[in-house]
Amino acid sequence: MSLSLEKHKMPEQEPKVRAKNFSEVALGYTAEIAKAEADRCLSCKAAPCRQGCPVGVDIPAFIKHIKENDLDAAITSIKNVNGLPAVCGRVCPQEEQCEKHCVLGKKGESVGIGRLERYAADYARHKGEVVEKVKYAADAKKVAVIGSGPAGLSAAGTLAKLGYKVTIFEALHAPGGVLMYGIPEFRLPKEIVQAEINNLRKMGVEIAVNAVIGKTFTVDELMEEEGFSAVFIGSGAGLPHFMGVPGENLNGVYSANEFLTRCNLMKAYKFPECGTPIHVGKKVAVVGGGNVAMDGARTALRLGAEEVYIVYRRSENELPARREEVHHAKEEGIEFKLLTAPLEVMGNEEGWVTGLKCIKMELGEPDASGRRRPVEIPGSEFVLDVDTVIIAIGQGPNPLVQSTTKGLDSNKKGNIIASDETGATSKPGVFAGGDVVTGAATVILAMGAGKKAAAAIDEYLTAKK
Amino acid sequence: MFKILTKQELAPNVKMFEMDAPLIARKAQPGQFVILRIDEDGERVPLTIADFNREKGTITLIFQEVGGTTQLLGKLNEGESILDLVGPLGKPTHIENFGTVVCVGGGIGIAPVYPIARGMKEAGNNVVSIIGARSKDILIYEEEMAAVSNTLHITTDDGSAGHKGFVTDPLKQMLESGEKIGLVVAIGPVIMMRNVAETTRPYGVPTVVSLNPIMVDGTGMCGGCRVSVGNENKFACVDGPEFDAHKVDFAGLVTRQRMYKPQEKSHSEHCANHGKGGCQCHSH
Repeated sequence: MSLSLEKHKMPEQEPKVRAKNFSEVALGYTAEIAKAEADRCLSCKAAPCRQGCPVGVDIPAFIKHIKENDLDAAITSIKNVNGLPAVCGRVCPQEEQCEKHCVLGKKGESVGIGRLERYAADYARHKGEVVEKVKYAADAKKVAVIGSGPAGLSAAGTLAKLGYKVTIFEALHAPGGVLMYGIPEFRLPKEIVQAEINNLRKMGVEIAVNAVIGKTFTVDELMEEEGFSAVFIGSGAGLPHFMGVPGENLNGVYSANEFLTRCNLMKAYKFPECGTPIHVGKKVAVVGGGNVAMDGARTALRLGAEEVYIVYRRSENELPARREEVHHAKEEGIEFKLLTAPLEVMGNEEGWVTGLKCIKMELGEPDASGRRRPVEIPGSEFVLDVDTVIIAIGQGPNPLVQSTTKGLDSNKKGNIIASDETGATSKPGVFAGGDVVTGAATVILAMGAGKKAAAAIDEYLTAKK
Repeated sequence: MFKILTKQELAPNVKMFEMDAPLIARKAQPGQFVILRIDEDGERVPLTIADFNREKGTITLIFQEVGGTTQLLGKLNEGESILDLVGPLGKPTHIENFGTVVCVGGGIGIAPVYPIARGMKEAGNNVVSIIGARSKDILIYEEEMAAVSNTLHITTDDGSAGHKGFVTDPLKQMLESGEKIGLVVAIGPVIMMRNVAETTRPYGVPTVVSLNPIMVDGTGMCGGCRVSVGNENKFACVDGPEFDAHKVDFAGLVTRQRMYKPQEKSHSEHCANHGKGGCQCHSH
């Protein structure tokens, strides 16, 4: 059998077409392509791919089921450990995880593990999944989960399967966290997120929206008055960072969080049918080089911006965004202003953005992160002619829960201090995981943390009996 | 869903709802706000809590019909519900015995001043309230404010009720007379709050204003409500909504509040054309 050195491409919408709509960019494998891609897997005994998966999916097993055309077995195998395969198959950085370790990667491209995971998950969703309601014991204990993003959903699903009565508390009006407000429809259709959340509801997980922990309830009240035996905090990294340069409060300057929330969660692209407005402008600069920056830039393009720039102070090699997202952004016509740092947002008398003053950078000696430090080139200042600026330079943890919970320790950055292995915090019965602990990271790492914490909560509550 | 238990028209285009919201009523403190959404297509709108009743499990909201969403809200009737209501958000007013507290409310801003005045009175303060509006017919909460104030001054721009002039006039008189004032709390249009700040500044009297910038989530997630206070950016939703009036960049606040002016007009027209009970044109 001769194996292709490259993974099978996933059909995609044409760049010119998709740059004007919000439908999903990647269309997914067909049955034929999926089978052919699965056949590339050597089913090697060592299965190094597995060590790259934060939730421990049995990758060779599910791929073997696809080879054998037993898709039900494939999805069951994945779902045993991963509650959100349709999400992970789309937004996991597989090239940094499972696929990085694939034996095929040594000579050519790894097996398209993420694409196959997505294929299996989409099959299951389209077929209509049967979800069994959890049978609770008479003395089943209640566990509260704060936040309905990847960490919270993963913890809730795992805890429900273990027989705990779980209530998820979500501050916004819709559950899903960053999967709903942050990641755009064209990368992760909201219908998929809601389908996964509905599966949790069918299992018996309760979801209380419009419930801001730290305001509507405190963690202490949940435990002392509302009868929750343990609490998992997965409140994420939702506090946007700004640059601290002049002009940042001008009209036309957005945090990426605000820009994306207006579009994704509030459907501002349907204004005025939907009540939330958004200002897009003709020329947009997005500051930052991560996935959120790519999402912001590609969203601005779809909302009708004529020119969209990524402004990033390091070089292409250091872009933290996934290669695939950078590639998609370039294909759609996003222009990359690399080795460029913003100095000031320029404005007019009415308080609107008229430009972004930048300076060119060059790479110097490596800094603490091991990456070469960008250094300003004297005299290279220039003004980028834009009318909208979106700041996507990262997010910190929202302090609402930490600041209102007695005995819960955080570090200097405001992240909750929790055990890597168990998610246990300084407060007995309170566990935490995901971005609120690690700082902004990936969906799958947050899911892994939620799962580990769920196991630790089970252990804690069992020991307490 | 959150039910409208009672509805009253306080003045032309100013409506009052008593909402069934036990979880919010249980925690609400003077100075805090809620965010509401009428229906699936609605925007998130912040409104200051005008009153709360823990026993009944209700909160009172007062709003002026100025944009598309508030116009739709005003069309809802008793017994009908809105989809989302979240809170209480923001930091409560710092209430203690300051001696004499002057509570200044302008227009619709009188509503959120009321629970603060009440709280200040309960804390043992001599509460002097100054409420003002353009004219008598749009002056609200006169009796309520009288009940929680030791002294009540009323001003109207046209002189149709109380003193003809602005809320800053009685305030200025108090300051000039050398009366010792522990704190001034002012809520109303930005221009009014700025004028109050400028009136008290020369006297060094601590002054607090409650800001109402544009917001989306109300929990610190979007940063849309950022406002410069003492040359430092603050988020009104989580760091406020109340700030030291002498440090607030009012000019920046005014500019940011104008950000969606053109869109507000088109949304208002859309809502007016697509009638009762919400934007049903794209119902799901």
